[in-house]
Amino acid sequence: MNVEDGKTLNDGPVAISVSGANAEPQGNGFRHVPDRLHGSLRRVLSSWESLLLVVAIAIFILNTFASPYFLDPWNLSDATFNFTEKAMIAFAMALLIVAGEIDLSVASIIALASTMMGLAVQYGAGTPALVAIGLGTGLTCGAFNGLLVTRLGLPSIVATIGTMSLFRGIAYIVLGDQAFSGYPASFAWFGQGYVGWVITVEMVLFAFAAIAYALVLHKSAFGRAVYAIGNNSTAALFSGVRVPRVKFILFLLTGLMSGIAAICLTSRLGSTRPSIAFGWELEIVTMVVLGGVSILGGSGSIPGVVLAALVMGMVTFGFGLLNVPGIVMSIFVGILLISVIALPRIVQQLVHARAARHRKGDPTRLGSAQS
Amino acid sequence: MNTVANTDTAHTLRTLLVRLSEIVRSRDAILAMVLIILVALVATRAPQFATPGRLAGVFNDSSILIMLALGQMLVILSRCIDLSMAANLALVGMVVAMTNAAAPGIPIVFLTIMAILLGAMLGAINGLLVWKLDIPPIVVTLGTLTIFRGMIFLISDGRWINAHEMSKPFKALPRTSFLGLPVLSWIAIVAVLGAVILVNRTTFGRALFAVGGNPDAAVYTGIDVGRTRCLAFVASGAISGLCGYLWVSRYAVAYVDVASGFELDVVAACVIGGISIAGGIGTVAGAVMGALFLGVIKNALPVVDISPFWQLAISGSAIIVAVALNARSERRVGRIILKTAEKGT
Repeated sequence: MNVEDGKTLNDGPVAISVSGANAEPQGNGFRHVPDRLHGSLRRVLSSWESLLLVVAIAIFILNTFASPYFLDPWNLSDATFNFTEKAMIAFAMALLIVAGEIDLSVASIIALASTMMGLAVQYGAGTPALVAIGLGTGLTCGAFNGLLVTRLGLPSIVATIGTMSLFRGIAYIVLGDQAFSGYPASFAWFGQGYVGWVITVEMVLFAFAAIAYALVLHKSAFGRAVYAIGNNSTAALFSGVRVPRVKFILFLLTGLMSGIAAICLTSRLGSTRPSIAFGWELEIVTMVVLGGVSILGGSGSIPGVVLAALVMGMVTFGFGLLNVPGIVMSIFVGILLISVIALPRIVQQLVHARAARHRKGDPTRLGSAQS
Repeated sequence: MNTVANTDTAHTLRTLLVRLSEIVRSRDAILAMVLIILVALVATRAPQFATPGRLAGVFNDSSILIMLALGQMLVILSRCIDLSMAANLALVGMVVAMTNAAAPGIPIVFLTIMAILLGAMLGAINGLLVWKLDIPPIVVTLGTLTIFRGMIFLISDGRWINAHEMSKPFKALPRTSFLGLPVLSWIAIVAVLGAVILVNRTTFGRALFAVGGNPDAAVYTGIDVGRTRCLAFVASGAISGLCGYLWVSRYAVAYVDVASGFELDVVAACVIGGISIAGGIGTVAGAVMGALFLGVIKNALPVVDISPFWQLAISGSAIIVAVALNARSERRVGRIILKTAEKGT
């Protein structure tokens, strides 16, 4: 039962549309898996990543023309802060979503990890201890989520809505309306330090995480197992994949990345409030979905997520330079999110409609999705 | 003869007992008991909490959450989810508040109808995207959530509409007392009754369960899955719109972040109320009690001298316990032998 849960969550609309040619609803063919069906769409938009790349370049050029301050290396370096922390979590979340699960508690894990670090500071903990506490809290929270999903067989979306309230709730119990600060000076290195010239520590962590997760997902047996679970967890189970174990590790990784993000964010802000990183979970999911990861599981890639992070970061930065408030940027991201998924489907429907006309008739008797 | 009669009575008695134990063990009964125990526990520390007047106050305070939970229930029953409800509420609330501030003369009835229609329209956007383009509901509503929030900023320029800008009748409606209860409570009661009829006594209600229980089987039964889901989104949108007006008039303020994050409270109320996130399982009573559970906790904490900062952690734990208990009873006994419904191409 628990292997089914993730899959049955939201597979409603697509379950109906599954038939021969369009069994792969997203259409963003993933090259390393040869045993998948290719929709006709693959030829229309060769791949999701190239589409995103075009969008990213277009935004970059637009930004360059829109503001003379955009191409300044220091400005660009500063701009990376608005996506590096989120993107680090997004990589782990991408694996989780590919496997057909989701973790909505990531932002609350940041809040709890940050609170625990702040608490430790009050007792005179040094930087190494703080890092250990941050990572430890992240791992513990991830393990708790993982146990709820794999041991108790709870659907991850509701289990993590629960832990989302629980983790942040604990932060509120500890902190109330107070704030922790007074982090040691050496702790500031993670969120404010530079490795050289304009390269921030966070950028290095981001790049390292991107490469590590890309290797895990695309080049390892573990990554294959993740895809297998996302496409058909029952089949994966019968072919020897230890489904619960893989899922548990994915939750653990997501918790770990949230812990790392908590260290970076806390170090950057220099203080902790229980409302820290509020609402990030939805932004991170948006980033992952924009990156071409199917929310239904089974397909997606890390390069896509990297590009989505860059797109979202550049849009925020560019709009910021033009004095456009962040909330207006969110409209753009919302429209982008829906349209990048809607457009291929509209194309797909048009192609199908034309094919149907060519075949003379066979009206869409059972078709609810075709108007 | 005698023995036959005896076995007969024994049989009826046994079926009666089985029925009774079924009712007692039903999710709704357990939840009702938990609610009563919760109120009783609070009453031991603070007896004034269990008075009818105070409980009516708790109900009134939970009214908006109850209505939203009912709307969310319709969507979840059809195996979808609507994360845009709170943003829809805030957007409609802002539009209504701005309309009132600009033209105080417009009658409140008209504004209320406008709020419902506008909300339904926003819900229809979600519904059509889910229906016509087959986009997963969580993605659609995640997108519209951010778009609606952004729209509020665009139309209001980030400005707050404060109490003094709203007309007196605009603010008075939810507070007006009618037969001993505020109008807000009455609207919630009417919404609950309406939901009971809609879910249990109409073909749409039955279609919701069919679609959520097994979309493929629903297609073969002749139910238009997409249309049913779209209607569920329209209904949840209409409720969000109505609650948008009620919210801004009750709290007498409208700004961009009204009800920010409330969408997950609504989902939480449904989950605690035993509505299966996988669709097809749930009752109106469950949704109402799930919302009341959160409402009681919110109102009881200050009364029993627990810091309100405990609220979030308690409701989080309640969600996890509720889901864990429900997951046990939701395990399907049979095997689904029906193949995926094919779409004629």
